Amino acid sequence: MEQQDIYISGSVCISRKEVRSGDAIVLEPGHDGNFFSDIYEKLDINYPKFFKMDALCKLGIAAAHVLLDGFDKSMYQPGEIGIVLSNRSGSIEADINYYESSKTFPSPSLFVYTLPNIVIGEISIRYGFKGENAFFISEEFDPEWTVFYVNNLMQHQGIKACICGWVDVEDGALDARFFLVEKGKENGINFTADSLKQGCAAG
Amino acid sequence: MDKKELIYQLKQQIIKQLNLAGKTPEDIRDDDPLFVEGLGLDSIDALELIVLLQQEYNIKLKSAEEGQTIFRSVATMADYILEQQAGAAN
Repeated sequence: MEQQDIYISGSVCISRKEVRSGDAIVLEPGHDGNFFSDIYEKLDINYPKFFKMDALCKLGIAAAHVLLDGFDKSMYQPGEIGIVLSNRSGSIEADINYYESSKTFPSPSLFVYTLPNIVIGEISIRYGFKGENAFFISEEFDPEWTVFYVNNLMQHQGIKACICGWVDVEDGALDARFFLVEKGKENGINFTADSLKQGCAAG
Repeated sequence: MDKKELIYQLKQQIIKQLNLAGKTPEDIRDDDPLFVEGLGLDSIDALELIVLLQQEYNIKLKSAEEGQTIFRSVATMADYILEQQAGAAN
């Protein structure tokens, strides 16, 4: 299969400043109060487990919620939908929180989030995705690697749709850049490294 | 503290410890099942309840099997705590 048969059918960028879907600003969270409580309510996420998650998973679930609005997952088998994410900070916030709790009573519910790939699991559980997935650690978002890896999944691992991108939480800074990539669903945006670089360029 | 007060306190602690957003003590009936039905807690929540007993009441479960009975509802948790406290006082 040629690479040009793969297209970007949606993109979402979340920072503390704004939530964007494609070029449109969906939400500008208030500066008062809790960021995640605010976007949970305003984006109508309606998933009580959200509040049990660490910040990385909350950010990933929020990004997937906006990205998959309108996505018809019945077009694919669960095993045909993959997830490939990356970040710089791993699960550092959950690691620190768990370390702090371990000084008195180690918290099981903090411990379960001390791996960055848990965000992939949470998204998979919510939407019933069972395809190949991977989480990579790199200093910066690497569009070339993402395109290479997702193309490989689509060519050799039976993946037909894939969430890919970047999700990072460190020192209170939030950065999510999610892309929905689909095979053969032409909409004019080719799945290339340049397209991924432009995806959140305005943010 | 009598059983009624303990039950109310337990409900507050469970909501806080398990991050049950949007729930109030009034939403939880004393005999509601804590797992599957009722509050719908999961296995990680069960571990958090064990931590709660240890942290707040200095009670360590002797075996995992005990948990099935103790954590059936807030009322059964309260009964167990009162029983352990009475045993410790004697």
